[in-house]
Amino acid sequence: MWQSASIRLSLAFVVVALGCLLYADFQISTANPWQELARLALGLVTPDLSAVDYLGQAVVRTLAFAFVGVTLGAVSGFLLALCFRHALVRGGCAFIRAIHELFWALLFLQCFGLHPLTGVLAIALPYAGIFAKVYAEILDEADPGPAHALPHGCRSLSGLAYTRLSQAWPHLVSYTAYRLECGLRSSAVLGFIGMPTLGYYLESSFAQGHYSSVGALLLIFYVMIATLKLWARPRLLPFYLVAAPFLLGSGLPIAWSNITRFVTQDIVPLPLRSGEGMAGLGAWLGDLLANQALPGIINTLLLTQIALVLTGALALVLFPLVSRHFTTRLSGSAGHLVLVILRSTPEYLLAFILLQLLGPSMLPAVVALAIHNGGIIGHLVGQRSNTLTLRPDAPNGIARYAYEMVPRLYGPFLALLFYRWEIIMRETAILGILGVATLGFFIDSAIQEIRIDSALVLILITALLNLGIDSLARRLRARLRLRYSASRQGC
Amino acid sequence: MTSLTLNEVVADYGKGRVLGPLSLTLSPGEHVALVGKSGAGKSTLLDLMYTHWRHQNAALIPQQLGLVDTLSTFHNVYMGGLSRHSTCHNLITLARPFRRDVADISPLLERLEIADTCWNRAGELSGGQRQRVAAARVLYQAGSVLLADEPVSSLDGPQAASVMAALTDTYATAVLAMHDVELALRFCDRVIGIHQGTIALDQPSRRLTTRDVLPLYES
Repeated sequence: MWQSASIRLSLAFVVVALGCLLYADFQISTANPWQELARLALGLVTPDLSAVDYLGQAVVRTLAFAFVGVTLGAVSGFLLALCFRHALVRGGCAFIRAIHELFWALLFLQCFGLHPLTGVLAIALPYAGIFAKVYAEILDEADPGPAHALPHGCRSLSGLAYTRLSQAWPHLVSYTAYRLECGLRSSAVLGFIGMPTLGYYLESSFAQGHYSSVGALLLIFYVMIATLKLWARPRLLPFYLVAAPFLLGSGLPIAWSNITRFVTQDIVPLPLRSGEGMAGLGAWLGDLLANQALPGIINTLLLTQIALVLTGALALVLFPLVSRHFTTRLSGSAGHLVLVILRSTPEYLLAFILLQLLGPSMLPAVVALAIHNGGIIGHLVGQRSNTLTLRPDAPNGIARYAYEMVPRLYGPFLALLFYRWEIIMRETAILGILGVATLGFFIDSAIQEIRIDSALVLILITALLNLGIDSLARRLRARLRLRYSASRQGC
Repeated sequence: MTSLTLNEVVADYGKGRVLGPLSLTLSPGEHVALVGKSGAGKSTLLDLMYTHWRHQNAALIPQQLGLVDTLSTFHNVYMGGLSRHSTCHNLITLARPFRRDVADISPLLERLEIADTCWNRAGELSGGQRQRVAAARVLYQAGSVLLADEPVSSLDGPQAASVMAALTDTYATAVLAMHDVELALRFCDRVIGIHQGTIALDQPSRRLTTRDVLPLYES
């Protein structure tokens, strides 16, 4: 067992995570967390739809932002995918998707204010980066044979449409539909920074202690995602796409002077603005790095490693719930329901709720990350297990789990976990906005104090950290020869 | 049309030489059969010809056929004519074919007995049907020269003959890699035998019998 490189690597990760635990801040600071939890549970079973003003409007806005943002992202991502061979395009896409949509939203908020453009761009931009990468991978997997047999003189657009595009079409559609679900989550979460979507109403209901309206909003959110396949029919899509831009609401008008100020003043480092020159810039940057970036990076890394290991552990426990080798038809359906709820709750929303219940520390963040990501990986590993066929006299129960399933599934499991490593880190950074002292916390504080220049530097550092983890994970996957189809890894 | 020539061409795979150096000239109006053991270099030679003559509107049936499984028979055949139509026409056809194009393509499908699969996706067809779709594509393309790699290998006797007849009727000039020697002698007027990457035999087929070709398949 110790000869296996995957096992040794996994153990190393566990040891690192245990080490991180020593330095992490885990405490429950609310006076009575159980009472809070009971009130929330009561709210969930007694949802009060009438208690939320403008509920219908919140739902429509959430859908509209998701549709417009994802459509713009998909179209520009597709165009970028066509020239993905260029290093500049590849690098640019890696960079824009390394920055979480909430950070984009915080930046755009400074430019466009509470105009719908802020929310739309915050979704469209990082999604374009992701779409470009995955679309390019899907197009590359198409068989080159038909393109080779094309008659000479055929226009490149016709050739592309009939060969690579036609072959890749079903995969492109299913991935885009899947991303629409991610877009709904992103759209809802944008409410937490002021967009008129579900998150906005959720935050204010929590603030006022209206747990019945919290329950109603959460249930509506789950129903919206669970019924996505029923109403997002291909025939209806053109109608939605035409209607969506008109349903974004008008928000507040854009002040063009803000945009000019943002570009010419806000993002220029303070020492340069006040004419202190390069010496001042060095001191400013040193101070920023030592007092904000460094603690932010350390906390982000600590939290990421703990959450990663907990995610893995949870996924290994959860996957039998949706595996036909462990469940009957009835218990399998119940298992599916549990995992759907776990993975379709955005980690930001989960962390927000847990933070209300447990008070500010790293604990709510770790639990939220592990639940959301563990649900996704558990689901995918469970699906993979359903493709395995066991011999008729295979053992049952724990022996089946330990001898038949886990050894066969450990490779794909680890591949998925490494794919999510970068995603978990991006989410860890963002949870700082809720008050955990990760990079997001320092970025959010800088923006609150209108130190946009500092915020921008910190966002760049976050992006570089994500790119670093991404390339480390890719190297580990390559060394252990772990592969998993890139187009279905969850948001 | 000027004659088609290859001059001292070679093909390497990795470090080893797979084909050549060899030269050959193809006169207009010639139907050439390429014969030889599998692995002798027939497909490689066809690939070389296609690279050299592609710009003179050569039509190709590769061994893997080059069909798009997600598109219908009609669209796969229509792809032979992509360069004749405007991009706009092509894109509209993808969503909704024009009646005129359907009328052009239907007789081809009927001739090859695949008219009933016109709107089925290529991925759903049998091996023999797929081979006839690829044949219909080059018929519709109507290029200057046909390069086909085992175009009738999964078809039974009478069907193979009728597809060969259709291909040689439409294309005055053609190079067809064949493993069925009888069929090759019947439909082609020149036979080129490939052995270990070089031309071992080059004769008009009227001077040949099946027995003259068989040595190529030995040793």
